[in-house]
Amino acid sequence: MSCNNIHYRAVVIGASAGGLAAVGAILAELKSTFCIPILLAQHISPHVESHLATHFAAKTALAVKEAEDKDPIKRGSLYIAPSNYHLLVGFDGCTALSIDPPVNYSRPSIDVLFESAADYFGNELIGIILSGANSDGAAGLKKIKQRGGLTVVQSLDSAEVKTMPQAAIEAANADHILSLKDIGHFLNTICEC
Amino acid sequence: MNDITNEQLEIQLLLEAIYIKYGYDFREYSLAHTKRRLEYRCGIEGIKNYAEMQHKVIHDANFFEQLLLDLSINVTEMFRDPWFYKKVRELVIPHLHTYPFLKIWHAGCSAGQEVYSMGIILHEESLKERAQVYATDFNESILEKAKKGIYPMDLIRQYSANYQAANGSASFSDYYTADYDHVIMKNVLKDKVLFTPHNLATDGAFGEMHVIFCRNVLIYFTRELQNRVFNLFYDSLIPGGFLCLGSKESLRFADIADKFELVSEPEKIYRKKRGR
Ligand SMILES: C[S@@+](CC[C@H](N)C(=O)[O-])C[C@H]1O[C@@H](n2cnc3c(N)ncnc32)[C@H](O)[C@@H]1O
Repeated sequence: MSCNNIHYRAVVIGASAGGLAAVGAILAELKSTFCIPILLAQHISPHVESHLATHFAAKTALAVKEAEDKDPIKRGSLYIAPSNYHLLVGFDGCTALSIDPPVNYSRPSIDVLFESAADYFGNELIGIILSGANSDGAAGLKKIKQRGGLTVVQSLDSAEVKTMPQAAIEAANADHILSLKDIGHFLNTICEC
Repeated sequence: MNDITNEQLEIQLLLEAIYIKYGYDFREYSLAHTKRRLEYRCGIEGIKNYAEMQHKVIHDANFFEQLLLDLSINVTEMFRDPWFYKKVRELVIPHLHTYPFLKIWHAGCSAGQEVYSMGIILHEESLKERAQVYATDFNESILEKAKKGIYPMDLIRQYSANYQAANGSASFSDYYTADYDHVIMKNVLKDKVLFTPHNLATDGAFGEMHVIFCRNVLIYFTRELQNRVFNLFYDSLIPGGFLCLGSKESLRFADIADKFELVSEPEKIYRKKRGR
C-alpha cells in the first residue's frame, strides 16, 4: 500500500486526565488504512508499570508498542511513552527515552515529546492536545505551530477536563479545535491511501 | 553539501570545543537530549545562540562546570524500579554466594543511591564482607556526593517505599542516621566501596567483574557509542558475570549481543556466556 500523496509524516498526541477515553475514541475512528506513525505521551502514575499498550492495542489496527530506546519510527505504528520516562524523537528519526527531571511535574512530558518531534519533523508534523488538568503540551504545541506544523486541540465542551486544551488553545492559537469524533475523521482524510 | 542543519552544526562545534578544551566527549551523545539540556541552560543564562555559548564555554571554566552538570543527567533514586532489585535478589544473588570473592561495578552511579541500594542487599545477604565495589561516574562533583551519601530527608519516604517494594526485610531507617533535614547513609554501606572517576566514552575496561550495573546511562548515547561501551563491559566481565541494564535499555543493537544470555527480559539482566 502506498500513500505517496501525504504531506504529513507523523502525529504526536498529548493527553492527561480523561485522556485514556479520549485517545481510545480517536483510535476507534481511525481507518485501518491510516498509516502515518503516532507518538503518544499520556500522563500516568510513575510508580506503576504501564498497561497502556495493551489497553490501546484492542482499539486499533495500528501496531501498538510501548516505545523502547532507539526504535526506528515506522508507519502504521503507535508508540507510547513508558511510565516514568520522557519520550523524544531523536535527530536520527528514532525514538529516544530519558529520565531527565519531570517537566511540568510530568514524566513523560508532552512538551518534551512535542518539541523534539517539531525539531525532527518540522512542518510535516501534526500535534494534538486532548483532555487534561494541567498546562503540559501548550509550549510544545506552540513550537509545532512555529515550525509550520499543524495544530489540533480537543474542543472544550467535549473534553472531560478542560484545563489542558484551554492552555494549548491560548498558547498556540491552534489551527483546529475539534471534537474527538472529528479529530478521527480529520486524521483519516489526511492519510488516505 | 552535508545533510545537516546549521543548528546541528553549531551544536557539534560546541561539543568539539568542549572535547578539545576539557577532554569530555559528548560528541556521541544523542543529539535530541543534548539540545534539550543546552536550551535549558541558554534559557537560564539568557544566551541567544550556540555561538555565544561556545565563546562562554571556552573562556569560562566555571560555566563549563555548570554545563557539565546539565549534560550529565544525574537523576537517580534509591531502589529505583523496585521490581528490578527483587529480581537481583532472586536470580543474581544465589550465584554470587558461590564465589569466595566478588567484584561489582556501578558505571554511571550518579549520586550513589544505586550503590547504597545494592550495598543494603549485599549486607542483608551476608555478601558484603567478600565484596569489592567500584562506583564510578565521569562527573567528579556528583561522585563526591555519592561518597558522602547524604540525602535530603524529604526523599526518604519514597526511598523507604521502594525498599519495601523491593522485598526489603528490615526497616530502611536501619541504614541511615537522620540529622535535621537530611540523612547520612551508614558507614557499613561504604567501607567496601571505592568511588572513582571513570568516563565510559573515553576510558578503558575494569577487570574481572562479577556484576556490572549500568542503568539509565546508555539511553543518552548514540548506537555507536553504546556499542563500544557494551564491548567494554564484555571485556570487563568474568565468564558467567552479570550485566544489569535499566528497564528500557537492551543489548539489541550490540554486535556482541549473542555473547550474552538473557536472564530476565523485563529487568534487562544479562549474563556473559562462558567459552568463546
Ligand atoms: C540518569 S543517571 C543514572 C544513575 C543511576 N545509574 C540510576 O539508574 O539511577 C546517569 C549518570 O551517568 C553519568 N554519565 C553520563 N555519561 C557518562 C560517561 N560518559 N561516563 C560515565 N558516566 C557517565 C552521569 O554523570 C549520570 O550520573
